[in-house]
Amino acid sequence: MATRAQPAPIPITKPSTQMGDATARLGTMFFAGGILIITLIIVGVLMEKSWLTFSKFGFGFLSGTNWDPNNEQFASLPFVYGTLLTSFLALLIAVPLGVGAAIFLAELAPANISSVLTFLVELLAAVPSVIYGLLAIFTLVPFMRDYVEPGLAATLGFLPFFQGQIFGVGYLTAAIILAVMTFPFIISISREALLDVPRDQREAALALGATKWESVWDVVLPNARLGIIGSIFLGLARALGETMAVTMVIGNDPSIKASLFAPGYTIAAVIANEFAEASGNMHLSALVALAFVLFLLTMVINGAARLMLARTARKNA
Amino acid sequence: MRSVNLNFFYSQFQALHDINLEIESNKITALIGPSGCGKSTFLRTLNRINETIRGANYTGEILLDGVSVLSQDVTSLRRRVGMVFQKSNPFPKSIFDNIAYGPKVNGMTAKADLEVTVERSLRRSALWEEVKDKLQKPASALSGGQQQRLCIARAMAVEPEVLLLDEPCSALDPIATLKIEELLFSIKDSTTIVIVTHNMQQAARVADKTGFFMLGKLVEFDRTETIFKNPSKKETEDYVTGRFG
Repeated sequence: MATRAQPAPIPITKPSTQMGDATARLGTMFFAGGILIITLIIVGVLMEKSWLTFSKFGFGFLSGTNWDPNNEQFASLPFVYGTLLTSFLALLIAVPLGVGAAIFLAELAPANISSVLTFLVELLAAVPSVIYGLLAIFTLVPFMRDYVEPGLAATLGFLPFFQGQIFGVGYLTAAIILAVMTFPFIISISREALLDVPRDQREAALALGATKWESVWDVVLPNARLGIIGSIFLGLARALGETMAVTMVIGNDPSIKASLFAPGYTIAAVIANEFAEASGNMHLSALVALAFVLFLLTMVINGAARLMLARTARKNA
Repeated sequence: MRSVNLNFFYSQFQALHDINLEIESNKITALIGPSGCGKSTFLRTLNRINETIRGANYTGEILLDGVSVLSQDVTSLRRRVGMVFQKSNPFPKSIFDNIAYGPKVNGMTAKADLEVTVERSLRRSALWEEVKDKLQKPASALSGGQQQRLCIARAMAVEPEVLLLDEPCSALDPIATLKIEELLFSIKDSTTIVIVTHNMQQAARVADKTGFFMLGKLVEFDRTETIFKNPSKKETEDYVTGRFG
């Protein structure tokens, strides 16, 4: 057997100094600091550019309902209403469907079906929103106008939500396209959360005589609840800020109507529509003020979501 | 409970070879052997929980009271043959709801009945005094040993005829282990117990009969005393005397 040269003994003190750690620390700190700086810049710019509006209308900008650029009257309520209404309606539709589909993909579907569908879902999540908008204009709007909305009016027409003239475009149509767009996010993240539930949790339920469905509903789902709630809030964030598809189907009418058939407007949609043709400083400033309102809205909703997540996590840690 | 000519496969891999083993009622049976020898697989076929693993299948028969487990409804089989796992796995629910879950899915709905059952199960697993004031607290707040006893109480709450334990003490300290062994003795009069263990002293302490598995085969099955003092096979002797494994 050939003898090999012995390597030099490994030195006790490292040849390099602690420089590496220090550089890494500084470098990563710089990147992390960037997050803070960007946030501050956003707040700063929004406040500065909307100052004109808030100083003129004050609280009335938030509570008022009259948006009339020709007469320089600006108020945000119709847009806030449209944004919140369409987003929550979208979640109302997308959450049960999305979580249900995630349960099927993660727990019940045969492996090959599940992997094909999962691939498609992830593809859907990547489709640009303008494409959803086109799809909605050509298929969803006529379908809503000719079938769904007349049907709802005929059956549930005694409710104020399903009364009034039918255009096809409006809150309900926007909410449905938003639901379609948030759906893949909810499925994909909820599915991951379900798959992450430890095997022994399922087996514990089965071993007690639970059926497959009982084990999923009573044990797997509660175990995955944090991830599922997270997916819902991600979907909500997308719905609140979604611009293109909503602009194309909501009808663009700054008014507040109880009827879901009525055309409305959202914050993101009005900014996209009017920014390029803003008729003066006041109009521009009012649009930025709307952006500021949207920013605060998402902050508040996200904060509330985090608080809720922390609560549930603590309660059942 | 009895297995007849049991061959078990994970897809192509044969994990068990021709196992014939009779588990005596109201006795404690220990299964020992090196890691990967098939003892856990054997245990998990008894309540058909291995069916949930893709590619798992077997030939031969497992009989409960002379009836093949395959011919029984799987949920009622598992109610009769309970299981405790290696790692304590309480549900993310309160202590009360953990114990009440089994009775609930098996049709017990009255709150008063559930309360009686929960208390009885916790008393039997010697956990009642420690948790009676915090039944609504999450089970995860308990210590590791308490969690494992909670899991035993949870399994006992549906009053199984057979209780399967898969290395229930492997993550516990000696004191918690001792408590669980005492618990096994106290339920033995009404329950048939099968315990898989890596701890040979534990097998010697608790079991009436012991089976030694190696490489998917049941090498020897006999009274515990015989297995440890006077085994008939050389492999068994080597293993129990610590010469390998």
